Amino acid sequence: MIPACRLADLPRGEAHRLDIDPPVSVFHTDDGEIFAIDDTCTHQDASLADGWLEGCEVECPLHASKFDLRTGAVDAPPAKLPVRTHEVVVQDGMIYVKPSTEAPNLPPCIAARLAGGPA
Amino acid sequence: MRTVAVVGASLAGLSAARALRNRGFDGQLIVIGEEPHRPYDRPPLSKEFLAGKIGEADLVLERDGEDLAAEWLFGTRAVRLDREQRAVRLADGREVRADGIVIATGAAARNLPGADGLAGVHTLRTLDDARALRDDLALGGRLVVIGGGFIGAEVASTAYALGLDVTIVEAAPTPLAGPLGEAMGRIVSALHADHGVRLLCGVGVKGLSGGPRVSAVLLDDGRTVPADTVVVGVGARPCVEWLEGSGVALDDGVTCGADGRTSLAGVVAVGDCASWYDPRAGAHRRVEHWTGARERPDTAVATLLSWGTAEQGVPRPPYFWSDQYGVRVQFAGHAAGADSVTIEEGTPEDRDVLAVYRRAGRPVAVLGMNKPREFMRWRKQLAVSPS
Repeated sequence: MIPACRLADLPRGEAHRLDIDPPVSVFHTDDGEIFAIDDTCTHQDASLADGWLEGCEVECPLHASKFDLRTGAVDAPPAKLPVRTHEVVVQDGMIYVKPSTEAPNLPPCIAARLAGGPA
Repeated sequence: MRTVAVVGASLAGLSAARALRNRGFDGQLIVIGEEPHRPYDRPPLSKEFLAGKIGEADLVLERDGEDLAAEWLFGTRAVRLDREQRAVRLADGREVRADGIVIATGAAARNLPGADGLAGVHTLRTLDDARALRDDLALGGRLVVIGGGFIGAEVASTAYALGLDVTIVEAAPTPLAGPLGEAMGRIVSALHADHGVRLLCGVGVKGLSGGPRVSAVLLDDGRTVPADTVVVGVGARPCVEWLEGSGVALDDGVTCGADGRTSLAGVVAVGDCASWYDPRAGAHRRVEHWTGARERPDTAVATLLSWGTAEQGVPRPPYFWSDQYGVRVQFAGHAAGADSVTIEEGTPEDRDVLAVYRRAGRPVAVLGMNKPREFMRWRKQLAVSPS
């Protein structure tokens, strides 16, 4: 489990990005739920923590793809592939993330960079 | 409502078809598309697709296995709407009858008079346009872009990265002054000079010379700009000729209420062809943005399925983006009503700017260059501001 941040430091409607590889973001919804998903949009290199959080959905700040925080599913294009979701545990006022063991769906530019090709 | 015809199979048409099914419409759904292709994403056509970084499969808008239980009629154009029969007539002679109709026929690229017939002269709107232009850019040489708007600027940026010698000719004194205002138009279009792309402003185009392939662009002031390839990026006109005489009110596109309704019951319009009433501006505006084509169909479909009784939410301010020379340009709101523009963060010299447009002290629009996080903060604020 990776410690993310203190619950008290993440107000409702806000997101916190963990700078791990690939980065993960923790969202605190207006209804008080907490979710963790991969931070990078599966369409192009953009941080979903900078996105528009509405209900259980986050909209990518660049091209407005929407992802369901509960399942990672794409709710609106141009993204086609889901983001990974990660288990969240809150213990003694601290938010922890249990990273998924599935392969991430990174956008083509990032995937190419990781593979050593041109970005 | 048992049958709905969606006329137009690009983002707005696809979004309407999705919204119909999401909202529980289980009747017959027919989607009519003029192009032979399944719905595809247009923004990359001037950027990653034109650069050869992504292929056609990457443009597909439908998800794997997505099935809207629709009947798709591709490669056929709507030529008439018959209000008595509630029928859409197609160019191939077929007729589609429907209780509800969604007009999503988009817009077509404007061309220069006399530009037809010369090889190497392009407009850019469709996948077929992009394929043809990509092939010509691969030849290298000199590209002249007529029009310094967003399409022209993105094509110039892509061609520059491909190694072409690029000149932009813009009739107005400042490119992008319409959407961004003079001051910010100047800052964003300075990206061209940063990269050695020539920008000729305040001069019109008299004509093209060459044959069979274009060889030069002739300017109003007598100058001649040599060209191996020319892109005409002078805007788009709404594709609504087929609605003339139908009873659907037209002005600049289809005149719609703030919920997408047209002047005919059971007919709504969405996307680039639709001029929705904007309660913030107190006027009709035809918005040619990707986000509008994706977001508004849901509202229009709610209107259609409820016969106009659905309550509409407050629409978000329009938002668009442009990627040029690796700089992310983002804009939300309307620049036209602003009486001041201030740079809140960053500096124009670094092409790293967050600028806020205000009217009587209240924010009405925001521009970001490489400032996605700050931009989103302001964009959200615009959505709740009562301007």
